[in-house]
Amino acid sequence: MSTDSGLGLQSASRQGREPTSLRLILTLSLAGLLSGIIIVSVYEATLPTITAYQARMLREAVFQVLPRVTQSQRLVWRDGTLIAKDAEEKGEAAVFGGYDAGGNLVGYAIPSAGPGFQDTITLLYGYLPGSRKIVGMEVLDSRETPGLGDKIYKDAAFVGEFKDLAVDPEVRAVKRGTGSAANEVDAITGATISSKAVVRIINEGNARWLPRLDAGG
Amino acid sequence: MPTSKPDAYQEFIKGLWRDNPVFAQVLGMCPMLAVTNSAVNALAMGGATFFVLVASSFLVSSLKRWIPKQVRISTYVIIIATFVTVIDYSLQALLPAIHKELGAFIPLIVVNCMILGRQESFASRHSIGLAVIDALGMAVGFLFALLALGSVREILGNGTWLGLDLFGPNFEPWVIMVLPPGGFLTLGLLLLLFSWLAERRQKLAERLAEMEVEGT
Amino acid sequence: MNALLWIFISALLVNNFVLSYFLGLCPFLGVSGRLETAFRLGLATLFVMLITALCSWLLNTYVLIHAPYLRIISFIVVIASTVQFIEMVIKRVSPGLFRALGIFLPLITTNCAILGLAIFATNKGYGLIEGLIYALGAGLGFTLALVLMAGLREETELAPVPRLLRGTALNLIIAGILSMAFMGFAGLFSAA
Repeated sequence: MSTDSGLGLQSASRQGREPTSLRLILTLSLAGLLSGIIIVSVYEATLPTITAYQARMLREAVFQVLPRVTQSQRLVWRDGTLIAKDAEEKGEAAVFGGYDAGGNLVGYAIPSAGPGFQDTITLLYGYLPGSRKIVGMEVLDSRETPGLGDKIYKDAAFVGEFKDLAVDPEVRAVKRGTGSAANEVDAITGATISSKAVVRIINEGNARWLPRLDAGG
Repeated sequence: MPTSKPDAYQEFIKGLWRDNPVFAQVLGMCPMLAVTNSAVNALAMGGATFFVLVASSFLVSSLKRWIPKQVRISTYVIIIATFVTVIDYSLQALLPAIHKELGAFIPLIVVNCMILGRQESFASRHSIGLAVIDALGMAVGFLFALLALGSVREILGNGTWLGLDLFGPNFEPWVIMVLPPGGFLTLGLLLLLFSWLAERRQKLAERLAEMEVEGT
Repeated sequence: MNALLWIFISALLVNNFVLSYFLGLCPFLGVSGRLETAFRLGLATLFVMLITALCSWLLNTYVLIHAPYLRIISFIVVIASTVQFIEMVIKRVSPGLFRALGIFLPLITTNCAILGLAIFATNKGYGLIEGLIYALGAGLGFTLALVLMAGLREETELAPVPRLLRGTALNLIIAGILSMAFMGFAGLFSAA
């Protein structure tokens, strides 16, 4: 490590027969240059595949949570309106507008994240502004307990709860079998905390985005 | 370490069992335990480490004459980090699903003490051929250890091996095995097994030697 | 505010670097024999982690935006050199502090927990304040794990343990039990 380069430089200047500091610096720069060339060429070679894959995964996730959608567009909130913007910017939140084959807006796919049972859960859900309903939910990233908490994306019944869910006054998680209202989700038995976390994350996303979508959409 | 006349076969075979980087030297476990919760992940991590170790050993041993010893560690780190970046991007492009599973742990191959250790103690002192053979042996040994860990954890913790269902629907998986504590426990027990086998073998060798003495 | 608390608690307990991510195992298994040493090593790691958080934020904000492919190589080189430099400064300015923490610093720089911190903080998209809080949680969590382990190991020194089990195997099994105990912290933040 450069621990050695530092010490090496000092000892080299003290002892005459050791390689000169110039030679040491030259070696390191050459190594750096060589590694730079290798890294940049691999990066350039793999970048198109990687970006294409990431774009495809995102598009598929959007189509997953919004039925009947065939195109999507990244939207950011700026100066009181939603504008189309493809480039990501740090700290700027975005939603995805979903459009049908005719180019008409169907709904929005909203990303949201928050603390789960183990670690942060990141998810995407589809929202129809016309009927004020959630029509799909997909967990993008989580580290919930295998066999219990991971049912938030493995359990078809739980994921199915989000296919037709009213957002007003807010989404609620209730014990399985006791929920009947349009805004209630049956929590997973044995994974109540993870289920409630998903609901809370969705409510947080709603609080942030619904007023904007209703105003700007 | 090689004697006066190093034997290529010996250099290869030592990494597999006697000097196995994980079981005998307990090296390079830091970033690895986390991804051995399934056999597939273990294979992928072992494969990535395999590539980095063999490529670095090759480059280090072929450049060893031009690397001044004062900056050798820095140069090794640059070389290793380069190959790690290469494998990071390649995996992301070729096997994106696996890359997502391993995620942040691929960059951590850089600080795998086993890789730097091989450069310092072997590749920088031996010919290209021997260095590559040594790296191959160590890398296969490492891969084998990761696979053993990953298999035990996946079979017990999920009832599957490489994704194949082994026990049918009535098996109640030991979820703890795929969680972090399972990693510690499995490695601890495997180390115990390794030292038990090593000791048994040593006792056997001693007894054989005694019998020979008695026989003569 | 709540988000910052979650980052801190998550790194400190729920997703403890050692017991949940297996980062920094080398010092955890190697140096944690004595309580005193373990505590100092933990504090020195905390210190390096805070510097790392600062370095990686600077790199992410000003350099890696233009050259993301240099991430791995620049993290390791910049962090190592910065720590080396600070070590020299401490040696000059405060010999007492150097005696307490200094000998550990070069050792810590190559520790996977340090690079892990930089990579995780980047992947999670943390800003400067979040990154520092994350480093504080991770460093204190590392110290906690190390001190707990050292305390347990001092006890096992005197216990009649089978000879084969002594050493790393036993330490790993203890770590496994400790890790199980830390699983109890899961849900700490989201249960409310």
